[in-house]
Amino acid sequence: MSLIKSRGTELLGYLLLAVVLLVVLPLLLDNFRLNLIGKYLTFAFVVIGLVISWGYTGVLSLGQGLFFGLGGYIMAMFLKLEASTPEATAIQSTPGIPDFMDWNQLTALPWFWEPSHSFIFTVFAIVLVPSALAYVIGAAMFKRRVGGVYFAIITQALVAVATILIIGQQGYTGGVNGITDLRTLMGWDIRTDSAKTILYFIEVVLLFGCMAVARLMLGSKLGRILVAIRDKEERVRFSGYDVANFKTFAFCAAAGFAGIGGGMFTLQVGFMSPSIIGIVPSIEMVIFCAVGGRLSLIGGVLGALLVNAAKTGFSEEFPELWLLGLGGLFIGVVLFFPRGVAGLYADHVEPRLGPWLNRARLRTKLPVGPAEPTPAE
Amino acid sequence: MFDYSLGELGSILAMQAFAGLILFSVFVLMALGLAIIFGQMGVINMAHGEFLILGAYVTYITQHLFSDYLPWAQPAYFLVAMVFAFVVSGALGLIVEWLLIRHLYSRPLDTLLATWGLSLIMQQVFRSVFGAREVGVELPDWLMGSLAVTDTIEVQINGLFVMGLTLLITAAVLVLLFRSRWGLQVRAVTANRVMAGAVGIDTRRVDRLTFGLGCGVAGIAGSAFTMIGSTGPTSGQLYIVDTFLVVVFGGAQSLFGTVASALTISQSQSALEFFLSGSMAKVITLLIVIGILMLRPQGLFVLKLRR
Repeated sequence: MSLIKSRGTELLGYLLLAVVLLVVLPLLLDNFRLNLIGKYLTFAFVVIGLVISWGYTGVLSLGQGLFFGLGGYIMAMFLKLEASTPEATAIQSTPGIPDFMDWNQLTALPWFWEPSHSFIFTVFAIVLVPSALAYVIGAAMFKRRVGGVYFAIITQALVAVATILIIGQQGYTGGVNGITDLRTLMGWDIRTDSAKTILYFIEVVLLFGCMAVARLMLGSKLGRILVAIRDKEERVRFSGYDVANFKTFAFCAAAGFAGIGGGMFTLQVGFMSPSIIGIVPSIEMVIFCAVGGRLSLIGGVLGALLVNAAKTGFSEEFPELWLLGLGGLFIGVVLFFPRGVAGLYADHVEPRLGPWLNRARLRTKLPVGPAEPTPAE
Repeated sequence: MFDYSLGELGSILAMQAFAGLILFSVFVLMALGLAIIFGQMGVINMAHGEFLILGAYVTYITQHLFSDYLPWAQPAYFLVAMVFAFVVSGALGLIVEWLLIRHLYSRPLDTLLATWGLSLIMQQVFRSVFGAREVGVELPDWLMGSLAVTDTIEVQINGLFVMGLTLLITAAVLVLLFRSRWGLQVRAVTANRVMAGAVGIDTRRVDRLTFGLGCGVAGIAGSAFTMIGSTGPTSGQLYIVDTFLVVVFGGAQSLFGTVASALTISQSQSALEFFLSGSMAKVITLLIVIGILMLRPQGLFVLKLRR
């Protein structure tokens, strides 16, 4: 949809989003609400990845929570080590290690916690570790031409494994409670209101950076090959492209973006726990993307904001209705608006605005998913 | 584990194997319905666990109806409840297929999302109707207690009953699929949908009935489920990932594969549970299954298909 779209309208869309996120929302909302928006936006990173892997490449991962969680936990490990100085933890039987390790009778820092002393390592690891894991999973599966529903189920099983593992290995991971009581980032107190506001702005800038990278990827020749793989995988393979590599790349990119989102989540919210990354949250991330429009980056960000805002609103007013609403949203979007909010805009708003903004323009529609008449296999 | 004598170790292994067999029964009952649907239509029914729980709640209601109105027939309520569970879940399955699934046959990934939405709605309905607390049914007397096989080995009667039931239902499904006209049509559609349509099979109708049957079997599974555990609105989700793995691991189109993979997964899980904690046993089992699936994506047993 947005592949061959006039640059004018598209740029306007990004500008509007930037104005809303950077000017309007900070002016209108108090600190508490702005922090909530910041929390919602962390999922927008995941959605950007999903637009690439699901919307454009047709690889549906129900396991994005795994990568989100990895990014989040890596950030949380760094913050936790910083908070666990020997002075701050003097009352423990082993000072200098995180409190939950002490409660679980650990007497030394496990080896995989050691690198988390370094901030540089943390920054790189937040992107690279999720991507590396995605590479292992993706390469193993796509080379053997496992795709579609199988891939979705296996990624979901991996999320289940990760959650069970984190909850079971309480001494190493903080268990059900997760890693809590995070205080400072390089000596900077992240719990104050001003710090949260600054973090919000850093996050929005980072988000636009990610959107720009994603836009460049999708607008290039690479993006076209991805779309071609989604629509007719065999044909691309017979044309001489290594389909598995492209799919793995899209999956890795999605994982990297999700990792950044997870790291920002830990900073914004101040903790990381398995409840953020389980099977249910992972599927919710997909619904953010579906609601926003799986082919649109801007739509995806809006989807993350809208669904999360609706969730908070509903849960505050009518907690019992939320699940009904969410379930209905899943079904309704899939049945009636497969291109989400962005599709509604493209079908109904743009034709009316279009002539204004740009007189001579090419309009091309891409079908969602495989072509319609193929029978179920 | 080295503190036991050889005889004790044998008894423990036997008991552990029995526990594994009960888990196996639950897996098979759940996976059967899923495998029929997935094998034939390529549709993943994420709400399968909720159809199971629906069957469990129907059993719960039936038990209360019997104890209120037909106390003399109490010992037999369970058999009636299973029929009810089948009918209710199956009917709901037919309705869901008609309203939702048939519009999405060309988009399997979207079916996944839509049925997940359905599962959320069903969970909330269960919670509103039956409350968030888990409920349990009272077993009739003849299902209580345990049999002492030897001095050290005891098996529960309800476990035995569930196993017998599993055998019976599996046999019934197999007969239906391989000895009936309808089963022939189902197998034809699975093997080659276009060709089946060309020789005059109404593939849409076969799809709908298959979906209904799969959900009905899930209902019976739920009925059996009440005998070994209590039922809550979200109990279905606990098993859904395992069941998917059972189906995929066994090879999606092969019912024999489903049974074999359910046996492998349940036995290895309950055997590992003896040596490790429950959560690690599960993690290792799942990882082994995922690892094998990466090496052999088509699953254990493959049915030759002509496409």
